[in-house]
Amino acid sequence: MRKIFAITTMLVILSIALAACGGASTPVSGEPITVIETVVVTVEVAGPLQVVAPTGFGLTLETVTARGNLICGVNSQVPGFGFVGADGSFAGFDVDFCRALAAAIFGDPDKVEFRPVTASERFTALQSGEIDILSRNTTWSFVRDTELAGNFVHTTFYDGQGMMAPTDSGINTLEDLEGGTICVQTGTTTELNLADVMASLGVSYTPAVFEDADSTFAAYGEGRCDAVTTDKSGLISRRTVLADPSAHVILDVTMSREPLGPMVRHGDDQWFDIAQWTVFALIAGEEFGVTSANVDDIKASSTAPEVRRLLGVEGDLGLKLGLSNDFAYNILKNLGNYEEVYNRNLGPDTPTYIPRGLNSLYTDGGLHYSPPFR
Amino acid sequence: MRHRTTQKSTIPFWRDERILNILGQVAFIFGVLFVGMLIFLNMRAGLAKQGVTLSYNFFQGIAGFGISETLFSYSRESSYWQAYLVGLLNTLSVSIVGVVFSTIFGVMLGVARLSTNFLINRLATFYLELIRNLSLLVFLIFWYQGVFLKLPRVKQAVLWPADIILTNRGVGIPWGLPTASYPTFQLILLIGLILAIGVYLALRAYSRRTGRAPLTTLWTILSFILVALIGWLLLPEKPLTLDLPFVKGLNLSGGKILSPEFMALTSGLVLYTSAFIGEVVRAGILSVSKGQVEASRALGLNGFQTLRLVVFPQALRVIIPPLTSQYLNLIKNSSLAIAVGFPDVFYISNAIANQTGRAVEMIAMVMVTYLIFSLFTSVLMNWYNQRIKLVER
Repeated sequence: MRKIFAITTMLVILSIALAACGGASTPVSGEPITVIETVVVTVEVAGPLQVVAPTGFGLTLETVTARGNLICGVNSQVPGFGFVGADGSFAGFDVDFCRALAAAIFGDPDKVEFRPVTASERFTALQSGEIDILSRNTTWSFVRDTELAGNFVHTTFYDGQGMMAPTDSGINTLEDLEGGTICVQTGTTTELNLADVMASLGVSYTPAVFEDADSTFAAYGEGRCDAVTTDKSGLISRRTVLADPSAHVILDVTMSREPLGPMVRHGDDQWFDIAQWTVFALIAGEEFGVTSANVDDIKASSTAPEVRRLLGVEGDLGLKLGLSNDFAYNILKNLGNYEEVYNRNLGPDTPTYIPRGLNSLYTDGGLHYSPPFR
Repeated sequence: MRHRTTQKSTIPFWRDERILNILGQVAFIFGVLFVGMLIFLNMRAGLAKQGVTLSYNFFQGIAGFGISETLFSYSRESSYWQAYLVGLLNTLSVSIVGVVFSTIFGVMLGVARLSTNFLINRLATFYLELIRNLSLLVFLIFWYQGVFLKLPRVKQAVLWPADIILTNRGVGIPWGLPTASYPTFQLILLIGLILAIGVYLALRAYSRRTGRAPLTTLWTILSFILVALIGWLLLPEKPLTLDLPFVKGLNLSGGKILSPEFMALTSGLVLYTSAFIGEVVRAGILSVSKGQVEASRALGLNGFQTLRLVVFPQALRVIIPPLTSQYLNLIKNSSLAIAVGFPDVFYISNAIANQTGRAVEMIAMVMVTYLIFSLFTSVLMNWYNQRIKLVER
């Protein structure tokens, strides 16, 4: 009998402890939780497995600085955007944005932990607080911006959905794919666009849907499907790792608009601002001709007021974000401006060369434009 | 007497073992419910903070994505609920095909393991030890990427005997195409079924009356086949015509096309599970003591009769419970379909969760689905187990 009492007592204690950590992770106005919240002070449970999603104003920056590094959700399978190199380090356009953000916060681009997430788990990872920011060629769409509880920071890469087929297949248009099979990755806007576009063209097809980019393109490489579809940038980059890149052609069709960019959680406007002005600092850097090579000279000698504000020589713009005043200087010094980041990953000297097109500055006929640093 | 009863009633309830037993259990249930409620409330509060409320209303929305394999007509305009049903039926078909074939292969393996033929015995042992010690996920990916995707492309399709076409777009097999007389034939099959049940009942009654053991199952099946055959031959138009698969444009057409994903998943699951079933069958047969066989021989039963009337009924009692858990394993393992891109219920639910952001609802739904599948299988197998159990007098 004593045993049963002991067990029940233990159970009750356990449930209180459980409630304590529950209350700690989610302080909400709901009645049952607020009562239990008082226990938090006495029972301090900070399990390493506990995932806390900081959502209030300023909480994300607080968590990141306390942790000492930024956790960035990235792709690990698309060369040029997010890829694990031969030496195990991450490289790519989206990866460099994470480094820029780390440079803005810590002044050190290496204080980032890259966490590879698949297309279907990325939003859950962001919502649950497993990652601080998602920088994984993610398309800005209505539902993702609202129902999936995320905020798109800014479009860093303007893309469109394309279709790739073997050169010798004789497929030149989407209509040629009548009755064929198309490989596509699950959990993407691509999957939905494909169904939309083919329905409006009246072309019947069979989708072969896969969980990640590697298996999608592996199946395509084996001839499982007649064509493969994803964002054009993805096609270009994945073509470089196919057995014979020259044997595949990207069709001259654009099936959708795909504005790609980083995404943060709803609820922390300060964090949103930090991420957004990190993007703008990169773009403004290119517009003002500030590069990683000349940033020190310009900082010392420039007389242009906006450049001085950008680099933190004049005014206190950085402080308004809760960062150091030279956050943009740190970004430009360590990563370079938008053009340098672009050319490093997608430029003419790389195997994943993508012409800049819409991704040029507005002065060159592109769409990139930074609001004033004022 | 009176003295005793009064003494008994003086025991305070906190020392009365029966009351304490009940109180302890009640307290335990309340404890469990309390913890469960805390977890649920905590989850709901956490979700509410992210602006998410639990609801299944999204099920009516348009799914918008295509699915490669559907057992009924499905398009991008179909609802999420229909997409879910597609996945459900796909899981069901893989499970049924898997259970049937793994039972057949498993029994063959188990018998081969006990064979006195050295070669058969060793081969079965080697196969079993190899398969049983592999990881199922690795095995499935091997079958998909290493076998079915490596088959020839459509333009170099390989034609096997019996008109089987092998390509990496799928395996085409001949399939029956119903004609105008098919409904009549179905009626004849129904008559055959009724007749077969009649034969079964008659033979069982005969067996009970006389104590003899006729080949009930064999005669039942034979009478059904006989009726079907007569019907087939008597109908002026054949109820089914043979539809052969052929290559048409970019894909296979005609016959029945089995996709590489389906083939990889079922062959992986069947070969993997049959290795375990083989061991279960072997254990069952070995569990029948040698004395039983010797005794039945002494009574004058021949080898086949010994197996059918003495060994098998006793072995079955040992086989059924572990066999049930192998069936359950197979059904649950079918969720690994996601690794080879076969749209089963877990795969589709994942896609729905991802497009709608309703992860909690969909995962709960998938868990309930597998729970129902498994419980149903268990109930069925337990019922069978109950039937063949040793009747003690």
